[in-house]
Parts: sequence; structure tokens; C-alpha cells
Amino acid sequence: MNASSAAEPQIAVDDLVKRFGQFVAVDHVSFSVGRGEIMGFLGPNGAGKSTIIRILCGLLRPSAGRALVAGIDVAADPEAVRERIGYMSQKFSLYRDLSVEENLKFFGGIYRVPRDQLPERIRFATQMAGLARREKDLVSTLAGGWQQRLALGCAVLHRPPILFLDEPTSGVEPTARRQFWDLIHTLAADGVSVLVSTHYMDEAEYCHRAALINQGRVIAIGSPEELRHTALGGELLLVEGENLGSMLAALREAPGVLDCSVFGNALHVLVGDAERSLRELPAFLAKRNLRPGRLERINPSLEDVFVQLIANDMAQRSRAA
Amino acid sequence: MNTVEPIIEVHGLIKRFDAIAAVDELSFAVDRGEIFGLVGPDGAGKTTTMRMLAGVMRPDGGSIVIDGVDVIADPEESKQHISYMPQRFGLYEDLTVDENIRFYADLFEISASTREERARRLLAASGMTKFRSRLAGQLSGGMKQKLGLTCALVHTPQILLLDEPTTGVDPVSRRDFWRILYGLREDGVTIIITTAYLDEAERCNRLALLHGGRALYCDTPHALKQRMPGAIVAIVSAAGRRARAAIAKLDGVRNALLVGDGVHAVVDDADLRIPQLRSALQRANVPFSEIAVSEPSIEDVFVALLENDRTPR
Repeated sequence: MNASSAAEPQIAVDDLVKRFGQFVAVDHVSFSVGRGEIMGFLGPNGAGKSTIIRILCGLLRPSAGRALVAGIDVAADPEAVRERIGYMSQKFSLYRDLSVEENLKFFGGIYRVPRDQLPERIRFATQMAGLARREKDLVSTLAGGWQQRLALGCAVLHRPPILFLDEPTSGVEPTARRQFWDLIHTLAADGVSVLVSTHYMDEAEYCHRAALINQGRVIAIGSPEELRHTALGGELLLVEGENLGSMLAALREAPGVLDCSVFGNALHVLVGDAERSLRELPAFLAKRNLRPGRLERINPSLEDVFVQLIANDMAQRSRAA
Repeated sequence: MNTVEPIIEVHGLIKRFDAIAAVDELSFAVDRGEIFGLVGPDGAGKTTTMRMLAGVMRPDGGSIVIDGVDVIADPEESKQHISYMPQRFGLYEDLTVDENIRFYADLFEISASTREERARRLLAASGMTKFRSRLAGQLSGGMKQKLGLTCALVHTPQILLLDEPTTGVDPVSRRDFWRILYGLREDGVTIIITTAYLDEAERCNRLALLHGGRALYCDTPHALKQRMPGAIVAIVSAAGRRARAAIAKLDGVRNALLVGDGVHAVVDDADLRIPQLRSALQRANVPFSEIAVSEPSIEDVFVALLENDRTPR
């Protein structure tokens, strides 16, 4: 599944720039997505995620740089690109007053699925979405999770080798969200390359690789495992105990502590060397009459990682400015 | 929490919309100075519960007592004790940040000097100081939410009801938001917050997992994780689908979820099953680099508890 090593990337972005007047929305971005790879796009609102996706779909012209999708330059031939991609937006863009089947027929027409193949493709899509025998149901009567899977079915009716999903899981309940990701993995296993943006940081776990975007730049990219272990610049400890406020103040001054913040009933402490801090912190706190209840090393969440990276990036930019 | 007397007591709360019980005999209690989460997917009854707590919707049954006041009998009196921030907080988009704060301060008859001091502190905490003269309509989603919170806090309530304040808010603003909530907790404010982000639930002192208008469980995040039926075994493998195929049908494997770098298997007993999983992977010639117990997330717990709920016993 290590698709990034495949010879021909399905998406290849090289030094891409998009300006809106003075504003640089996409700032020299480069990355690639291999065949059958699931690439996550994460970042704060306004980071440039949707702008990049729109450029790759041939809907926006880049100001500079190059983007190849299925080997085609998106600036030179956006029409040809659009035939090879599927796109699903946050709002699912379904017709709520039409039935499941009517929606699929409509999108089949838009994507120019040949008439003789349409029944088979509709069968495929309804089965994939788990909507077989509900073809006549109105979309408005379906729960969010079903609508979401139907929208995905519409986006893959024409068998695109590349799929763009823009925040596809917003407002879907957890069980349905897991089923949706299972479908994405099934498509990827069949060779479809998937670029998916999300603001659920925990969803990066489902991606083969994830890129973190901030203010138009890719500030980190890698597998969930790589991001967790290399990007944080330290190791994470969990500290519980009475008197969290005083503990927080004390730990901020402690040697080897890079950062400290409240998290629920506990503190998250970023340290340079976990083993050493686990040895030294109890004595440091005891001297200040503070006794941690629980003190242990924990695995950082991807949200921990991203928030730290964004903070680093902001600090770097303000130094440069 | 050592306080004996809860500040909020909800008992047997019911709200029906036609035949559907949106809230179905819900009971919970919140201690003073706690951040209490009502957590669950859309349609679980979170917002309906919040509206009844805020005294803006009448329940069909049950009782709500906030700080000694019966909310159902005397909603106006209870409003003296609470501040309620609905999902769509009423910001005036054509007023500036400062003007919005002034409006809410006047509504609650806050003196100008107190208002100024609080506004300065809250805006600094949320990184919004330099946007004070910007129109509210031109703020990003995250900033609007932080301004809403500032307005809701300008009269320093003892109890704060926040309905999905972080929905659609980016992770950095979300952290700012929580930092402010933790500061309020230090000052003794009691907070009830609803969220559909299950990862956010970990930040609450205690939480109720809501589904279909009922609380499945109500406990600290740590204790809820102990209730996870079984354990999660993370298998790191570049051949995730093959790994799943090799283990999905084994005894004791309840579920197997594909993730970016492998498979998460929900098993009944990790110590017993890990050797069996390992040999099944080896028999099927599936390469893997790691197989180990992984701490469940609140989402894992929620999904597993729901599945247990549906399984006939």
C-alpha cells in the first residue's frame, strides 16, 4: 500500500502559487499523491485547503507553478482533468426532493456516463452506499450518513481514478463516519487516489499520509506515525493531581519542560526527554509542596502535533516579518 | 470534585416532539466548578436538553434545579444565575466587536469600567485584541464563536451553558476557546458544554454520552475508557486490508477498522488475542512491524458501547 513510491504519481503539485490581489492563498506548495493513496489535507479555516482542491479540479487557475492531475496539466486542459476526477463537497450537493435513483441518473448525465453503462454503475453506487432497495426513497428522508454515502456514490459514478473530498464528514455521526472511511479505503484499494480535506484532526489517522496546511503553505507532511513521532519536537507527559493551577505554573518553570497546558482533569506537558523528566519532575514538584497523582508518558494525538506545528510556524513567521 | 451539593440537578427530563422523545428520562447532576460535557452525535438530544436547562423550552416531564431554583417553575429567576450561548449566538454583524460587547454589557447593566476590564482580559485570552474595531460580520467562524463567548461572559455568570460552541471552529481557535474555559473553571464557574466532537469530550471533567435522548453513561473520561468492552490492538502494517482480512474472522475479534498505517482491532481480551493475531498474520504472510494495545479514544468507547447496546442480551 506504500503507494507514494509508485512510479507515476496521480497528483503532482510543484511550487504552486495562487494570489487573490495582494493576498497569497497558496504559497509555493509542492506535494504528490500516488495511485491508491489516501492523502489528508488538514489545517485551520482559511489555510488554503479548498483553494488547492479547486485548482486541482480545474476550477481555478494557478498564478504560478504547476499541477498535474492524472498526468494532465490543470492549467492547460481543465476539461480533460474534470473527466478524470470525482468531487464531493461538504454540502453533499444532492437534490433533496429527488429520489436516490434520480440523483444518480442526474449525476450520471453530468459526468457523461455512457447510457448503456449507467444501470450497472447505478447498481454499483447504490450497493456501495448500502442503499440497494432504497432507490425510490427521497434523499430528504435519508439520515446524514446515508446521504453522505450517496454523495460519494454520485462522485464515483464515472469511475474516476482520482477523488477529491472537501470536508466530507462534517456533521455525520461516529458510526457512519467509520463506515464512510471504510468505503474510502475500499476505493483506494481498487487504485483510486483520494485527496480529502477535514477539520477533524483525528481523521488524519485514517489517511496514508497527511499534509498540514497553514497560511497557504504545507508545514508538515507524512504518515500519521511519522507526524506523531517527528513533528512535535519533544515527548508528551500527562500529569494529574490536586491543585492543577499551581502545578501548571510550577511546571512552566521546570527544567526540560518546553510547554505545559491544561487538558481536562490533567496537564499535558511537552518535554525534551521523557525518561529524564519522569525521573526528575516528582522531586521538583515535591520541593514546591506539589504531589502529582498520575505522571506518565502518553502518545500525542495528531491534534497535539498540529497545534504545536502551527504555533511553531506562526512564531517563525513573526520572527521573519 | 469534593463539593457535596451539586449546583445543577436534572431528573427524569422528557421532551417529546410529536411521537418522538427527543429527550427520554434524562438524569444527571453537575458539581460546582465542573466542566460537564453532553456528548453525542447529531440528534442525540444535546441542544434540546440545553434549551430546557436555559429555561427557553418547557419540558414535558422531569425536573431541573439550578442553584436551588426550579427552572421549570421559575425560568426568569434561573436566568439570573446562568449565561446561555446557543449555537447561533445573536451577534450583530453590522456592529464591531467592541460595539457587540458594549451591547451585551448594557443589557446586563454592567458598568463601563468593569466591562472594559473584562473585555480586555477576554479578548486578550482569545487573541482578538487587534480585531476590536472589526465588524462582527467580517470575522472568521472561530473568531465569531470567541466573540460570542466574550459577550456571554461579560456579566460573569456562575453557570455557563454552551451549545456546540466549537462546531466548525478550527483546531487552533478551539484550543484558545478551551483555555478560556479552564480559566473560568479556576474562578469557580460551572460549565455545561455540548459537543459532537468526541475527541473534545476528553477535555471535560465529566461527561454524559448521549444517544437517542438518553445518557448511555456518565463519568470522567478516564473512567469511561475503563468501560470499553474489550481492548484495541493496533497493528502497524503497510498491507492494512490484507491484515484485516487475515484477522477479521478470528475468535474474539469484534471489529477491525482500517486506519492509515494499518488496522485497529477491537478484541475481547488483548493478552489472550495478541499472540493469536500475530500468528494469523504470519500464516497469511502479511508483513507488519508492530502489534500492541492502544489506548481507546472516547469515540472508540462510544461506538463499542453502542454496538453492545444493539446486541440483544
